Amino acid sequence: MSTLLKRATADIAVDDCPRWLEQIRARLGQGARVVTLFGRPEASDVLVTAILQSATGVLELSRTRVTRERGYHTLTRDFPALHCFERELHEQHGVRIADHPWLKPVRFESAQRGTMKEYPFYQIDGKEVHEVAVGPIHASVIEPGSFRFMCLGEVVHHLEIHLGYQHRGVETLLLKRDAKALTPLVETIAGDTSMGHAWCYAAAVESLANVEVSEEIDAARGVGLELERIAMHLSGLAGLATDIGFLQGSATYGRLRTTAINTSMRLCGSRFGRGWIRPGASRAVMDAELAQVVRSNLGLLMKDIAIINDCFLQAATVQHRFRGVGCVTSVQARDLGLVGMAARASGVSIDQRTFGEGVFRTFPMQPVVEDSGDCWARAVIRIHEIDRSLEWIGKVLDRHGTFASTLQPVGNLNGNQFVVSLCEGFRGEVVHCLETDASGKLVHYKVQDPSLRNWFGLALAVRENEISDFPICNKSFDLSYCGNDL
Amino acid sequence: MLKSLRVRVSQGSQYIPELRSFVPAGFRGLPLISEGACLSGCTACQTVCPTKAISLDPIRIDLGRCVFCGECAPACPEKKIEYTSQVRMGSATLEGLMVTEGQKSLSPVATSAALKKMFGRSLKMRQVSAGGCNGCEAELNAVANVNFDLQRYGIEWVASPRHADALVLTGPLTRNMADAVELAWDAMPEPRFIVAVGACTISGGLYEESSALDRTFLSRFSPTLYVPGCPPHPLTFVAAILDLLGIQRGDAEISK
Repeated sequence: MSTLLKRATADIAVDDCPRWLEQIRARLGQGARVVTLFGRPEASDVLVTAILQSATGVLELSRTRVTRERGYHTLTRDFPALHCFERELHEQHGVRIADHPWLKPVRFESAQRGTMKEYPFYQIDGKEVHEVAVGPIHASVIEPGSFRFMCLGEVVHHLEIHLGYQHRGVETLLLKRDAKALTPLVETIAGDTSMGHAWCYAAAVESLANVEVSEEIDAARGVGLELERIAMHLSGLAGLATDIGFLQGSATYGRLRTTAINTSMRLCGSRFGRGWIRPGASRAVMDAELAQVVRSNLGLLMKDIAIINDCFLQAATVQHRFRGVGCVTSVQARDLGLVGMAARASGVSIDQRTFGEGVFRTFPMQPVVEDSGDCWARAVIRIHEIDRSLEWIGKVLDRHGTFASTLQPVGNLNGNQFVVSLCEGFRGEVVHCLETDASGKLVHYKVQDPSLRNWFGLALAVRENEISDFPICNKSFDLSYCGNDL
Repeated sequence: MLKSLRVRVSQGSQYIPELRSFVPAGFRGLPLISEGACLSGCTACQTVCPTKAISLDPIRIDLGRCVFCGECAPACPEKKIEYTSQVRMGSATLEGLMVTEGQKSLSPVATSAALKKMFGRSLKMRQVSAGGCNGCEAELNAVANVNFDLQRYGIEWVASPRHADALVLTGPLTRNMADAVELAWDAMPEPRFIVAVGACTISGGLYEESSALDRTFLSRFSPTLYVPGCPPHPLTFVAAILDLLGIQRGDAEISK
C-alpha cells in the first residue's frame, strides 16, 4: 500500500501566511523535505497546501490562504526544491510569488496555451558562445519537449528545458467524471507508469471511502508495480546501450523487457498493467498453471539479465562513456528536491516503499543507493533495482501462489476530506492529492509525476559536459514529458 | 569477447517468424459481441464505458474510441461482450473500426494498389507524438525491436520528416503541439500519408472533452490508416501496415 495521509478538512488549520511560511522554513531547516505544494481556488482567494515528509516518512500537512495579487514572498531562494511548485502556483492560479528567481511556466497551460514559441529563453553573450535548439520533435520515437543549450564551444554552459507540448488538461478532466471510475484516465497520466499512478489513485479513493483492501489485493498490486519497474528499467538500460552504440546491450535488454511486459499481459491483459488496479480491486488473474509461466519468466529474467549485466558493466566502452558524465552531487540533488531513482543515484535515499504499509511492510524493500551521481550510477542503480524487484516478487509469490480477480465494494466517498497518497513508481514518487466537498464529490485533484521535480536535475547534470553527451544524460534520467505536462 | 558470446548464446533467436499469424497470449484485444437480444432498456455497458465507444440498438463498439479497459464485459448482465486476444484491428476507414453483433473478426485492411506500388518494398515513417502518454510511443518503438523486427520488410522509423513517407501520429493532438505537427507534415515530400495510432489520435479518446486540444489538423488531412488500441499491440500496427501495403511475403521467402 502507498504512503498516505488523510484529514477532515475541518481539522486542517488554515494558518495566516507569515506563520505558515515560518513553519515551513523551520521544518525544512530541520531536515524535512517538501513532497508537494499547490493551490486551489476558493472564492477570490487561493488555498495553498504544503505537504512535507520527515526523514522517517511521516507526512505533514499545512495550509494557508493567500490573495492572488498579494501572494507571498518566495521560498525558492532559500529552498530551491520549491521552484517548480511556486512556478506552477503562479501559472495555474495567478498567485504572485514575490522575488521568485524564475517564474517560467511549467507547462504553458490555460491562458499561456499556444504561446510556447514566443517564450524568451535565457541568453548568454560572448565570442565563443553559441546556442543549440532541439525539439519539440526529436529524432527518435519519443514524446516532444524542447531543449535550448547555451554552449561555450562544445561544452554546455546551461540547458534550458522547455516543456508543455504534451499538456492535455488531465487535472481538469479528473474533476469532470465519476471519482470512482477514473482509472483508465489515471493510467494514461504517464502511460509508462500506469501501475504507479493507478495504485496511488486507488489507495486515495479507498481511503476516502474507508475501504481497507485485503492482503491479497495489496500483494497483487505490489507484483504489478515491481513488474512495471523491471520493465521500464530494462527499457532504460536498452536505451542507454543504444545511445552509446553498445548494440548487444540494446538488443538483449530490449528483448528482456518484452518478457517482463508480456508477463504483465498474461496477468491483466495489458503490457502496461492497464486494467490491473481499480479502486477496491485487483483484476490480475493467476491460476496455478499461469503461476508456473510467471515463475519461469522470472527465472529467465534473473538468469539472462545476469549474463548481459556481466558483459555490459565490464565493457571498457560502457565504463568510459558513463563514468563521470552528467554528475549531480548529493547536495544538488537534495537542494533541488530530486526524487526516486535519480535522487538515489546521487546518494539521497528516498524511497516510499521503505515507509510503506501493507505488502511493503510484510516484504520489506531495501532502497538501492549509489553515490557518484553520474550516468554510471543511474545505469547501475537500475540493474540493482531490477535484481531486488525480481527477488521481492519471488518472495511475494512464495506466499501468494495464485491471484484471483477480487473486488471489494467501494461506497460513497466521505465528505469534506483531504487525502494525499504516494506511490514509488519506477522514476520516483507519484503523488496524488484529492479533496471532497460536503457531499463527497471531488473538488480538487492534484497530480504530481516525479518528472516534474527531476527535469531540472537533467539541466544541472549536463552543465560543463560536452553537448554530445546530452543523449546519454537525458536517457539516464528517462523522464516523462506528459507526466510533467499533464 | 567470451562475455559477449555468452550473451549471444543466451539471446538465441528472438524474432517472431510469422508476424501476422502470431497471437499474443493473454492480450485484451478485439472485443466480440455475441448475438441475442439485450435486456430491455439496459444501458449497463454504455454507462461504464469511459469513452462513449458503445452505441445501442443495435449494440456496436467503436474501436476508434475503445480503450480496451474491459469494463463493459463484466457489466453486461447477458454476458454478450467478450474480449479476445485477436490483434488484427486496423482499418483504412473509420467505419471499418465498428464491431457489430455476431462479428467474429474484423476484415483485414484493404490493400491500396497505389501505396503498394510506391511503398511496398520500402516505407519510411516519422513518428510524432502530440500528447501521447508514452504507451503508444513505446509500442511503436517495439515494432523495431528484435522480437517484431519490422525492418525485415523495409519498413523503418526515420529521424527527419524530410525522409518520411508516412506520418505516424499518437496522442490526442494538443494545442501546444499543433504548430509542430503542421511543420512536420509540411516538411514531408509527396507522396505521403498519415497513420493515426491509438484511441487518443483517432477520436480524442479519454481526452476528447479536453479544452487543451487542437484537432483541426485531422479535420484538414484524413488518415489513410487507423490503428486502434490503448496502446495498440505492436502486432496490430504491423498487421495493419503490411495489409495496407499488400506485403504478402512470409518469412521463409524473405530469408531467400
